[in-house]
Amino acid sequence: MRDLAAIAAFAAVVGGLTLGLDSGVWLTFIMMALYASLLAQSWNMLGGYGGQFSFGHALFFGTGAYAQAMVQLSLGWNAWLALAAAVAAAVCVAAFVGALTFRYGLKGSYFALATLAFAEVFRILAVSVDFTGGGVGLMLPLRESFANMQFASRRGYIALVLGFVVAAMGVTSWLRHSRFGARLQAVRDNEDAARAVGIDPWSVKLGAIVLSAAFMGAGGAFYVQVFQYIDPGLAFGPVSSVEALVAAIVGGMGTLWGPVLGAAVLHLLAELTRNLFGQLPGLNMIVYGSVLVLIVMFVPRGLSGVGRSVRDVIRGRRG
Amino acid sequence: MYDFGILFSSLLNGVTTGAVYALIALGLTLIYGVLHIINFAHGAALMVALYAVYLLKTNLGIDPYLALPIVVPGMFCLGYALQRGIINRAGHGKDENILLVTLGISIVLENLALLVFKSDTRTIETAYTLTTVAIGPAMIALPKLVAFAGALVASMLLLAILTRTDLGRAIRAVAKEKHGAKLMGIDVDHVYAMCFGVGLACLGAAACFLLPAYYVNPQVGAGFVPVAFTIVVLGGMGSFGGALVGGLLIGVVESMGGLFLGESLGQIGIFAVFIAVLLFRPQGLFGVKA
Amino acid sequence: MAEPLLSVSGVSIAFGGLRAVQDVSLQVKPGTLTALIGPNGAGKTTLFALMSGFLKPDSGMVRFEGHDITGKPPHLNARAGMTRTFQIVQPFAAQTVRENIAVGAHLREPRRAAALYAAEHIAQRVGLAALLDKPAGDLTVAGRKRLELARALATQPKLLLLDEVLAGLNPQEIAEMIPVVRAIVHGDAASGLPGGVTVLMIEHVMQAVMNLAEHVWVLAQGQLIAGGTPAEVTNENRVIEAYLGHGTAARLRGAAR
Repeated sequence: MRDLAAIAAFAAVVGGLTLGLDSGVWLTFIMMALYASLLAQSWNMLGGYGGQFSFGHALFFGTGAYAQAMVQLSLGWNAWLALAAAVAAAVCVAAFVGALTFRYGLKGSYFALATLAFAEVFRILAVSVDFTGGGVGLMLPLRESFANMQFASRRGYIALVLGFVVAAMGVTSWLRHSRFGARLQAVRDNEDAARAVGIDPWSVKLGAIVLSAAFMGAGGAFYVQVFQYIDPGLAFGPVSSVEALVAAIVGGMGTLWGPVLGAAVLHLLAELTRNLFGQLPGLNMIVYGSVLVLIVMFVPRGLSGVGRSVRDVIRGRRG
Repeated sequence: MYDFGILFSSLLNGVTTGAVYALIALGLTLIYGVLHIINFAHGAALMVALYAVYLLKTNLGIDPYLALPIVVPGMFCLGYALQRGIINRAGHGKDENILLVTLGISIVLENLALLVFKSDTRTIETAYTLTTVAIGPAMIALPKLVAFAGALVASMLLLAILTRTDLGRAIRAVAKEKHGAKLMGIDVDHVYAMCFGVGLACLGAAACFLLPAYYVNPQVGAGFVPVAFTIVVLGGMGSFGGALVGGLLIGVVESMGGLFLGESLGQIGIFAVFIAVLLFRPQGLFGVKA
Repeated sequence: MAEPLLSVSGVSIAFGGLRAVQDVSLQVKPGTLTALIGPNGAGKTTLFALMSGFLKPDSGMVRFEGHDITGKPPHLNARAGMTRTFQIVQPFAAQTVRENIAVGAHLREPRRAAALYAAEHIAQRVGLAALLDKPAGDLTVAGRKRLELARALATQPKLLLLDEVLAGLNPQEIAEMIPVVRAIVHGDAASGLPGGVTVLMIEHVMQAVMNLAEHVWVLAQGQLIAGGTPAEVTNENRVIEAYLGHGTAARLRGAAR
């Protein structure tokens, strides 16, 4: 299938770049851009294909991150088992939140608000409770080994996150070509019409939020492995929610390559501003917020929408 | 367990804070009731107003209460400009877009503040900051008492504007029937922007009343957002009476909750109420089911 | 007499003070084409919503194939074989015609390729073959109505509830649509439609009602006021009054004497 071939090509190109480049700066850039892609792709599954805009996706990110850390620290598990636990934890939280919010038909702004509220509740809980390390957070001791998912060079981490990104792309491609995906998009486009032809919106949305959370949780676990530290603000605060959302929208939600494109562009912008103005607090978020407003104002279908419009014009199709 | 003095104190505290919450919520509910948008940037706008009051005091020595004639119109202009210049144009009329735009604005405002002011928490000192007044067995800080009175007066003023002035009539007409209002010659875009401006002006007033007894940092807006939204949703989106009553109620619940459960759990309590209302009674206590 | 496919008994619903549907009872026999007519605001679409599960009646019962389905959610009713269309068409605007119809086909067909294939066939039978790859949002009203119909057909329903499928069409388009609707019920070798679907249609276009319907139910102000063949029903005084008003009806009666 065309999608799979393109995904394989993408993986090959990134792999090639990773092996070929020696510069630490570039390798870090590739790693962080891929990480941002993972978050954006995850958001895209629920937001772009499901039409449910979550403003609190950090909920799943943080759950995955804390699970990854706590399971290794308190239970002594190996990092790969911890990854499974992190994904499972995120999935459970998503199942709970999704079952509740979709059962009561929360949509649009109300759903966005509810996800925000849940993320905040978890943040406050993480600060108040001891076993999460409270406000101080948790630190993973540095012990480089494959079993510990800690790599000496960035290349190891890139391989890891590339694996996640490719998996997310595979799932996204599946959403484009499967019955579940067709039903999900139907619910997104017109919930009543979908119900009239036999689709149960609740179970479809629940499936989407669970899928989305699995990858977001993996993103959280990845973060912990790279930075070896997590605290309530990093886990459940607005940064990962915003990154996921803005990158997906900027790139073009509801598409396969949109989130990846958006993540790459945003990350590039963030790096450029950092080079120009230095590492200033809040600068990244100002860039993200401004780009969000600008894109929604001028290019609501996102950058890949621009690409699509250009392609349409070239093919002679009138818009 | 707790003696009456402490309970009464907590109650008074809650009521005075609640009045300010009500004023904040009124602005939010006005914006929702007329423009039908959920203003995610409301908290960030409050923060901007608080910083404005702070700067006026520390740089120009203007007392917060005297700053009202500066901050309130200033916030009104900011609101007008934001709505007319950005939200209206970016929204393209679609709800999801407007949602994203107000989110984007809130992100930019909060982080600009972070950039400029750093994350330090700042307070102001006035002659009356530490003065307390005795009411029955409780002592209440004078600024809080003034905030209570001021917030109530401001709310009454807002309601008067909406019911007795031409602008108010235009706003209510547009809220009820946008196309009909247009046909009557009302400039809907202008009214929307005026309404948004008034909503933010409420925040300006709230900031002047709030700062003497409170503090400001870039995250302070985010702290008010859940409370404001809970009040608006609880009181019923678009219901002014609901916002007023809801504000006072939530203020008391927060204060008493903090007393009995500790601050963190008290905060979670507010969120729990919020989520519960969203799920089980989205029309709130006073609202009408859409 | 055959057991009715759909049987509505004593169904009522009120919104606030407005009694939208009051104590309505009617039946639809399998293999027939029945029309539900009545002046604007009579409660016809509300009745459809009550039958298909979009609304829950305050009282009364809805039976489908002998089973009580009162208040059952629409997607379960669709799976059981009752599919409804909407008066204001509801396409999946971002998707192509083929993808739209495929969503309906997926009710019975889990495989993607097979569903898309089935969609293509149904599109051909309804006359949408030329537009298969167009985004649904680009279609004209007539096209969207056909799409709505095709998508509903793709679910392989036993009972199809058509809500004003001819509204907004010009006479030419109506003339093209009528044989399609007839073929859905009675089959047609030329288009390849197998027939066998029972249809209950809300309709205002009297030409279609007289042409197509074997039985007609008349709803006015939430109440059922008549039922019978098209000829019987259009001659009944109450029906004429409901559409034309008391005065005009009386004048017509006077003139006819």
